[in-house]
Amino acid sequence: MKKLDSFRTQTLSDKLLDVIIWTLVLFAMVVTAYPFLYVVSVAFSDGAAVARGDVFLFPVGLSLETFKMVMEYDQLWVAYGNTIFYTIVGTICNVVFTCLAAYPLSRKQFFLRRKLNFFVAFTMYFSGGLIPTYMVVTGMGLYNNRLAMVLPVLLSTYNMMICRSAMEAVPEDLFECASLEGANDFYMLVNIAIPLIKPTLAVLTLYYAVARYNDFFNAMLYLGKAELQPLQMFLRRILILSSAEILQQAGTAGAAAAAQNTLKIRYVCIVLAAVPIFCITPFVQKYLVAGTMLGAVKG
Amino acid sequence: MTGKKKTLGQLIARDKYLLLMFLPVFVYYIVFCYLPMAGLTMAFQNFRMGSGFAGVFTGEWVGLRWFTQFFSSVFAKRLIRNTFLLNFYSLIFGFPIPILFAICITQMRQKGVAKVAQVTTYLPYFISTVVVVGMMTNFLSPSSGIINQIIKACGGKPINFMGNPKWFRRLYVISGSWQSFGFNSIIFVAAIMGIDPSLYESMKVDGATRWQQIIHLILPMISNTIILLLIMTLGNLLNVGFEKVYLMYSPAVYETGDVIATYVYRQGIESKNFSYASAVGLFYSAVGFVFVVASNALSRRMTGSSLW
Repeated sequence: MKKLDSFRTQTLSDKLLDVIIWTLVLFAMVVTAYPFLYVVSVAFSDGAAVARGDVFLFPVGLSLETFKMVMEYDQLWVAYGNTIFYTIVGTICNVVFTCLAAYPLSRKQFFLRRKLNFFVAFTMYFSGGLIPTYMVVTGMGLYNNRLAMVLPVLLSTYNMMICRSAMEAVPEDLFECASLEGANDFYMLVNIAIPLIKPTLAVLTLYYAVARYNDFFNAMLYLGKAELQPLQMFLRRILILSSAEILQQAGTAGAAAAAQNTLKIRYVCIVLAAVPIFCITPFVQKYLVAGTMLGAVKG
Repeated sequence: MTGKKKTLGQLIARDKYLLLMFLPVFVYYIVFCYLPMAGLTMAFQNFRMGSGFAGVFTGEWVGLRWFTQFFSSVFAKRLIRNTFLLNFYSLIFGFPIPILFAICITQMRQKGVAKVAQVTTYLPYFISTVVVVGMMTNFLSPSSGIINQIIKACGGKPINFMGNPKWFRRLYVISGSWQSFGFNSIIFVAAIMGIDPSLYESMKVDGATRWQQIIHLILPMISNTIILLLIMTLGNLLNVGFEKVYLMYSPAVYETGDVIATYVYRQGIESKNFSYASAVGLFYSAVGFVFVVASNALSRRMTGSSLW
């Protein structure tokens, strides 16, 4: 009731503002959520209903047959396994290298600090570009090698700078005390700097994990063999190049069955690929502001 | 505390652990960032196929031949125009939306709804480009896509969105904005939340409406953040998301969709014209360099803070 009263006592212009805000926010939510809801609904709906174009919002006639068909396709699991491998190994390397770079660059007394900061920052201004990088990576014999998904992207300079600013904000006294007690820099990195910047590291880990999970470009450049390719390459074949490989393996005969399943297969693949992302991101959400802010307000 | 200046040897001995720690990072930057920069010598040479990585430095010198070839080709103008316009429209259309959305979110009285709206809208940011383009391709498909089903149901003719050069930029810009407005609003939400609540109170005492609070308090208070981010975006004005264009385009839409980065990819990786492609790539990197340096200088002058 109190809320309603305060609504009545508002001026007309303030009420109008509330209406506009509600409209815009609801519109934003619908526009973002609807495509996902539609994909999920098609994935779970009955094939015939999808083919008739009956599905608009919620699933029509539950059917899990397409899920079964897609999940019986071994290439999906090969790709999924590869992606899990690249994501775990890649993210661990990313976080380790980010800390190894950020800590020295954040120590104010380090005599090479300015020079190395420039050495690192310059790569954000200028890069050799696609072709020379490709020549270096393939020249190292990394073509069709799993390391091609890890080594060329060992750390992101931008993320490293976020990490560095977080470490710069750690009170200097803590390091001084520790160093008087005889702690070396490795000890201080692991036991002082890292525990104190956990929220930032959580966000950076999320960024890295998502980037590794979503990495498509390096796979396209360096991985020609299907058994090494990650999920994103598989998704591209199914979703964009309209590959019918799943239908063919399932051996579903007849044009009608094919017509009913083609679209559903694609949406099932989207659902299966997006599940990990939708499961992980909400957990790190509370740290998101801290991690993003540091990126923009560092001086 | 200053005392005598330490010799290099003393400094190295003092910071040996820091140096040791940075060594692997140093190697990474040398191999994967600086070695490719050195490899740009290819752009002035004639790379012989089959000469391996050493061939990057040992080709026959041809001066500016590849640059002349690029700028006198019919592609140069179209590629530069497409690259620039794609980003320019993304900026014009995509930049104000997160600000508007952040104001709405923070001005909402129902904090619970605002929270849900925030969490929902930043999820697409984490979805891969492949999935976003895949969803777009399938939604817009002339035969089975939901958009064309609706158009047909309304009595219209199906439109081949993905194969029509007229639609390429719109789709690129709209989908890009769809994917990132929620995430990009986080920073503005944080800036608005950082405004001292007593300022709202004192405006209220003076009889200001909430509209006036938005225009005369919130906007001026977040203008620094806006300018900083605008300058940052300007610095990346030529950095088209290569991946997305590559996944979206087809020869049918090269007219508006082909950008410098995709051209470099086709010429280099697909047609193996490595020297020519790295020359075009060098031009691209050089222009990008100018943009970033200029925007950084501008940022330092206008906001007192630069990015690095």
